[in-house]
Amino acid sequence: MNSAGSETDRKIKPPHWMSLELTYDCPLQCPYCYNPVDFARHRERLSTAEWLRVLREGRSLGVVQVGFTGGEPLLRHDLEILVAEAHSLGCYTNLITSGVGLDEARVRALRKAGLDQVQLAFQAPTAELCNYMAGRDVFQQKLEAARLIKEYDFPMVLNFVIYRQNIDQTSAFLELAGELKADYVEFANTLMYSWAWVNRAKLAPTLEQLRRSEAIVNEYRSRYKGKTKIYYVIPDYFEGRPKACLRGWGDIFFDIAPDGTAMPCQLARQLPGLEFSNVRERDLRWIWEESPAFNRFRGDDWMKEPCRSCPERHKDFGGCRCQAFMLTGDAANPDPACHFVPDHQKIVDLAMPSITGRVQGGELIFRNARNSLALGQ
Amino acid sequence: MNRVALGLDGVLETTPRFRLQWEEMQQSYVLLYPEGMVKLSLSAAEVLKRCDGKHTVAELLNSLKAQFPRGEGLEQDVRAFLEVAYELGWIRNRPQN
Repeated sequence: MNSAGSETDRKIKPPHWMSLELTYDCPLQCPYCYNPVDFARHRERLSTAEWLRVLREGRSLGVVQVGFTGGEPLLRHDLEILVAEAHSLGCYTNLITSGVGLDEARVRALRKAGLDQVQLAFQAPTAELCNYMAGRDVFQQKLEAARLIKEYDFPMVLNFVIYRQNIDQTSAFLELAGELKADYVEFANTLMYSWAWVNRAKLAPTLEQLRRSEAIVNEYRSRYKGKTKIYYVIPDYFEGRPKACLRGWGDIFFDIAPDGTAMPCQLARQLPGLEFSNVRERDLRWIWEESPAFNRFRGDDWMKEPCRSCPERHKDFGGCRCQAFMLTGDAANPDPACHFVPDHQKIVDLAMPSITGRVQGGELIFRNARNSLALGQ
Repeated sequence: MNRVALGLDGVLETTPRFRLQWEEMQQSYVLLYPEGMVKLSLSAAEVLKRCDGKHTVAELLNSLKAQFPRGEGLEQDVRAFLEVAYELGWIRNRPQN
């Protein structure tokens, strides 16, 4: 390849998708929460004016998808203002919510603001387990939220997070999706990061459970064809192939944490040696194109063997940097979820003993400020 | 299996969860949907723009023929594309009132 060709390959593309974590506050305490374990230490919050600037800067970079998430984004009273701005800029706007606080007045206001779709998470298809995992009685509120979302004609994605305690309720989940008239179902096995990582030994399903649930999902796929589209996410530990995490570092996606820290993924702050800029100090264009942190794992120059010479590297981009760090202590290592990585089996077995049938029990550690401060020490 | 009704007096529209728009940064039309985006070829975009819930399939075909005068194949190509777009859930028959 000539040098001009490789320059073209390295050209930084515009981002498509930004995730705005409006707050880490949340009325729920799910023990698999994706927020950082030390969330309680990050207390700063961007103002309405600062979020509006982020939206405008992101749009001028090329962003078309905006995800409003948290914590619980409904806790921000300026949510409608931010949605309206994103909508008028021409973005497709996605609300990712627990449904708690989504009453009719807010659904109507969000409709008026131009919100495009709502993603509603369920902890379980039964009140008892759902309320237990959420840490309070929310099941009825979620059903009511789902009804309102459809009444106001939003496309609805139901996000079912799957773990050992609810995976045997797969049929009940999919029956619920049918009753609530979901347009999409994201049937997502818990990804073992953050709080789920802390609780992984107690949350991971067995391989047998996983295969059973997969078969049920496939059955419903044909039954719901043309009505509800079902996505099924299997943890990469089980497959031997690493996930193409966000299609590669700094490729199409970035995240803004509640305090304004801009990162290539929600969890990147845990990686040592990387300095992430804050939108209060730098504009997004510089952060996306120039900042050392966003360029650290772009392309494949950073890769080690076996990724470096692997034909799969343009499909999986070397897997997930956070997972590589969590399992091996070095974010620049190949993601050991890949079976080409030496010690793959040993590392996966340490991370996920349930795969080889060694199921561990114990008390779940719930996501709340007290536990966050205790674990962060 | 469900099939799109492509009778000449039928009316097609983009399914509400999909949004068609021109993207300056991509220099192309895109179709946006929950957490996703498809880049469209110009011809695909021209067909989808006409699935507006107002014009019949006959009007859609006539308008495309007027804009892209070429051989016999156009109607067949457009019908094939509409089948695919329907299968992917991008368009639907306008509900009867």
